[in-house]
Amino acid sequence: MVKSKSAYSIPGKQGKLDTHIIVVWVDNEAGVLARVVGLFSGRGYNIESLAVAEVDPKMNISRITIVTTGTPQVINQIKLQLKKLVPVHKVADFNREDKKVIFKEMALFKIVGNQSKKKKALNACKKYNAVILDKSNKSYVIQITALRREIDLMSKNLKKFGLVSVSRTGAVAMTRGSEIFK
Amino acid sequence: MSKLYSGAEIVFKCLEDQNVEFIFGYPGGAVLPIYDELKNFNSVKHILVRHEQGAGHAAEGYARSTGKPGVLLVTSGPGATNAVTALTDAYMDSVPLVCISGQVPTHLIGTDAFQEADTTGITRPCTKHNWLVKDIKDLEKTIHKAFEVATTGRPGPVLVDIPKDIQFLKTNYRKFKKQKKPNGKVHNRFSQKDIDEMIKLMSKSSKPIFYTGGGVINSGPKASEFLRQLVNMTGFPITTTLQGLGSYPGDDNQFLGMLGMHGSYEANNAMHDCDLMINIGARFDDRITGKIDEFSPKSKKIHIDIDPSSINKNVKVDLPIIGDVAEVINSTIKTIKKLKPDFTKSNKQKVSKWWEQIQKWRSVNSFNFVNSSETIKPQYAVQRLYELTKNKDTYITTEVGQHQMWAAQHYKFDKPNRWMTSGGLGTMGYGLPAAVGVQVAHPNKLVIDIAGEASVLMTMQEMSTAVQYSLPIKIFILNNEYMGMVRQWQELLHDKNYSESYTAALPDFVKLAEAYGCVGIRATSPEELDDKIIEMINTDRPVIFDCRVDKQENCFPMIPSGKPHNQMLLGPKDQKENKITGKGKTLV
Repeated sequence: MVKSKSAYSIPGKQGKLDTHIIVVWVDNEAGVLARVVGLFSGRGYNIESLAVAEVDPKMNISRITIVTTGTPQVINQIKLQLKKLVPVHKVADFNREDKKVIFKEMALFKIVGNQSKKKKALNACKKYNAVILDKSNKSYVIQITALRREIDLMSKNLKKFGLVSVSRTGAVAMTRGSEIFK
Repeated sequence: MSKLYSGAEIVFKCLEDQNVEFIFGYPGGAVLPIYDELKNFNSVKHILVRHEQGAGHAAEGYARSTGKPGVLLVTSGPGATNAVTALTDAYMDSVPLVCISGQVPTHLIGTDAFQEADTTGITRPCTKHNWLVKDIKDLEKTIHKAFEVATTGRPGPVLVDIPKDIQFLKTNYRKFKKQKKPNGKVHNRFSQKDIDEMIKLMSKSSKPIFYTGGGVINSGPKASEFLRQLVNMTGFPITTTLQGLGSYPGDDNQFLGMLGMHGSYEANNAMHDCDLMINIGARFDDRITGKIDEFSPKSKKIHIDIDPSSINKNVKVDLPIIGDVAEVINSTIKTIKKLKPDFTKSNKQKVSKWWEQIQKWRSVNSFNFVNSSETIKPQYAVQRLYELTKNKDTYITTEVGQHQMWAAQHYKFDKPNRWMTSGGLGTMGYGLPAAVGVQVAHPNKLVIDIAGEASVLMTMQEMSTAVQYSLPIKIFILNNEYMGMVRQWQELLHDKNYSESYTAALPDFVKLAEAYGCVGIRATSPEELDDKIIEMINTDRPVIFDCRVDKQENCFPMIPSGKPHNQMLLGPKDQKENKITGKGKTLV
């Protein structure tokens, strides 16, 4: 047995990891994002993606959407710790598998190549609400909105059609139907 | 038009309105305007420390012994960074502190100006919240908000960073009115249903235990009174954490002593074997639980806490009750009285077997030690200190290490707010400045820092503060020339390789005391100990007491790392048969 010089116990069994989307409504003030992100890094939680913008200029409210993975216990801790922060108003948590919630990410693809390659690239993007934002003789900039894994797949598949640059947002989320999260 | 006040004046107007009597601080360039106003506000007295960490710990000692928030005032840059240890300490142990720091003028922020540091950035993870005040109009409400955040819910430290130009600017000051619903964050979320459920579990249980922590003390003296009533009413055994000492009388028969790594044999075994654990204001810290997979495997667990994020953080519980301890216990008592007036009687029979078992564990007498007539055993020193001071309503602070555990084991507290120790962060050097803060709050009480010689040297300079303000604190050093706890772990886990845990060239503490202008006393043998302690108590000046103790003594009992509660090491004899094996070593 290897001697450990650690002063603490070894970790127990790691539980099953779930992917969750955490939505946080915060006061849009200096340092608020650092507080939220610092809480994640300080406690060793994971951030897969992050999307932030002000949604209510009158009330000065920003909406932060964080995709994270963790055991149910960790997800619960994330919610409770976030709620303790002074500028946080409310916290919503959605399981990625939840059918009642829409998740979307946006991606921009720059395709450089001949006419046929550009066309093939555009075709491949069609089912993800493709919009051509810019075109030149040699290139396209295509915008798509899709799920994370779909964008993952597209950024792989488009390589052969001349994909040279990818820019993507973090996921944003909204519940289906007339209800809103209180 | 009403009178305009400068930022510096507004700071003091706010402190006055918050009924702050003392601030602990150290001047510097970025807070000079505030220091300049000090003379105009007589109700706020400033205590000049010798290092900003000392200001923080003194404010902690003040806060923990009074229940009021402690306030410190430091300058920018190094002033603020020096306070970080104390802020972190307060954050871990839920002590309400308000730290006001100076900052370079707003136009210089971000330019790497002289004594500039990103104070709000540095202190963000070690405060409940912090603010950089960039507009003089925000200053008043920010400071009042700071007090509110520090003192409501689970208490903790906050910091307000005030740039120097803001301290000069002028604006109106509106008289402060305390808001009814602070923070907008609700603290009591429990319902009568929760209380009923708890009482149902309590009446079903045949092996119950109360496990109570610092939350009881933070909830105010009323909470300790209610706790006594409840424990008395139920006849259940009670154990407290290190921070909970004093919430229940230490010499009561229902009290099993402290639990945890160096807790009593009966407390830890009862925690392991119980069928109902009622956690009141404690947080399942890793020094308490030991090996988490085998922590109290057969029990239903109730957890009463004001902080929702404490629930299910380390240990999954069956019944969480989120609320202020005093209110939860009070409504529990009321409900028991109403629904089950004969609870005590009906339950006595049920838990009698449990008490028999506990008596068996108790008879092991796990805090016992082999006394000596030649050298002073550190445990004996604490015992004598207790016996000679127990009728004086004494306030005890400690540093961190073996002496801290011996103090917790052998000094018995019967009131809350009498015991100030750094538990969560384990800050060596906490006790001396904390004693300064306690003595400031209670000038006529006996305040003793039970210290180790290594810890106390970390903040020794605050003796100078004690002398300046005639604070007759007593520094009772259990001097074994080792960082005792480090040496103990090296002995048990690292094959007695005492790497860097011996301090050569220690100062002569008696001469050091004299150099500071206080009194030095030394005791080297058990027979002179009592007389010397009495001499210390009767000295109306600060005292450094150099108590030369056995150099080899270890702190037992002990839950070796990686072991559950029911596998304690009892003492030197037990150790031989129950050695930490290869596996245990890696689990430490």
